[in-house]
Amino acid sequence: MGKNDIFFNDVEVGYKIKDLIKAPINETQLVMYAGASGDFNPIHTVHAFGKKAGFGGVIGHGMLTMGFVGQFISNWVGVKSLKKLAVQFKAITKPKDVITVSGEVTKKYSFEKENRVDCEIIAKNQNNEIVITGSATVVLP
Amino acid sequence: MIDKSVIGKKYKVSAFEIENGKIRELARAIGDNNPVFYNEDAAVKDGYAGLALPPTFATVFALAGGLMTVVKDLKIDMAKLLHGGQEYQYFAEIKPGDSVSGETEITGVIEKSGKGGIMDLVIMETTYYNQDSKKVLCDKCTLVVKR
Repeated sequence: MGKNDIFFNDVEVGYKIKDLIKAPINETQLVMYAGASGDFNPIHTVHAFGKKAGFGGVIGHGMLTMGFVGQFISNWVGVKSLKKLAVQFKAITKPKDVITVSGEVTKKYSFEKENRVDCEIIAKNQNNEIVITGSATVVLP
Repeated sequence: MIDKSVIGKKYKVSAFEIENGKIRELARAIGDNNPVFYNEDAAVKDGYAGLALPPTFATVFALAGGLMTVVKDLKIDMAKLLHGGQEYQYFAEIKPGDSVSGETEITGVIEKSGKGGIMDLVIMETTYYNQDSKKVLCDKCTLVVKR
């Protein structure tokens, strides 16, 4: 199953997952993420292109922010427990943004003999603006 | 604008091999210091077959394969492209040394008006199989293309 200190019986609807507060996004990180992921859209790395696109400079990769959401969930229950992870990108991110991911359990049920838990997830920036809304389904022992 | 006639169009996604270095590189870029992404012993101790993959690792397959093919085929201008949504369903563990491949299908083109005017949403879905033809992951990606 992978590391899992959280049991099905430990969580109830409304259970709050521990927040993940990320270090500020920086331009080097965007270059690293471009290389790591293979997303070379210059909107993420070339200021002139970001300006031309109307953002005043580079913007963060949506998938980097979803990566933070993945980190949030795997910090909680590991990677193998994850059945589904879905996000909608609600706002762009920019260098210096500080993203906080939070979430809570919204449903507990049994599916195909597995103990499943659904969660709702939100990622916000330092101005309390929502950048991601999402959901996850995990299996707990 | 994106013509609705592309709905149903399919693109073969050639095999992508999962390597430890790429896993570490992605985890490092995300700033995720969980040892299961860097250290095999730590990962095996936690029950993984080798290094664990960050939950969003499938973006690496997508960018190496189906996604860029679609972006080029639909002649999408990068300056007008945003990521609207992303969903992964995980069916089986993917581990280092595995080779995943699949097929991307455009399953929807939706016109939508938003803050920035009229946009086209392009929905593409990819199912990935490993080298043993086992279904491992479904990827549903929504692209937003400003007009």
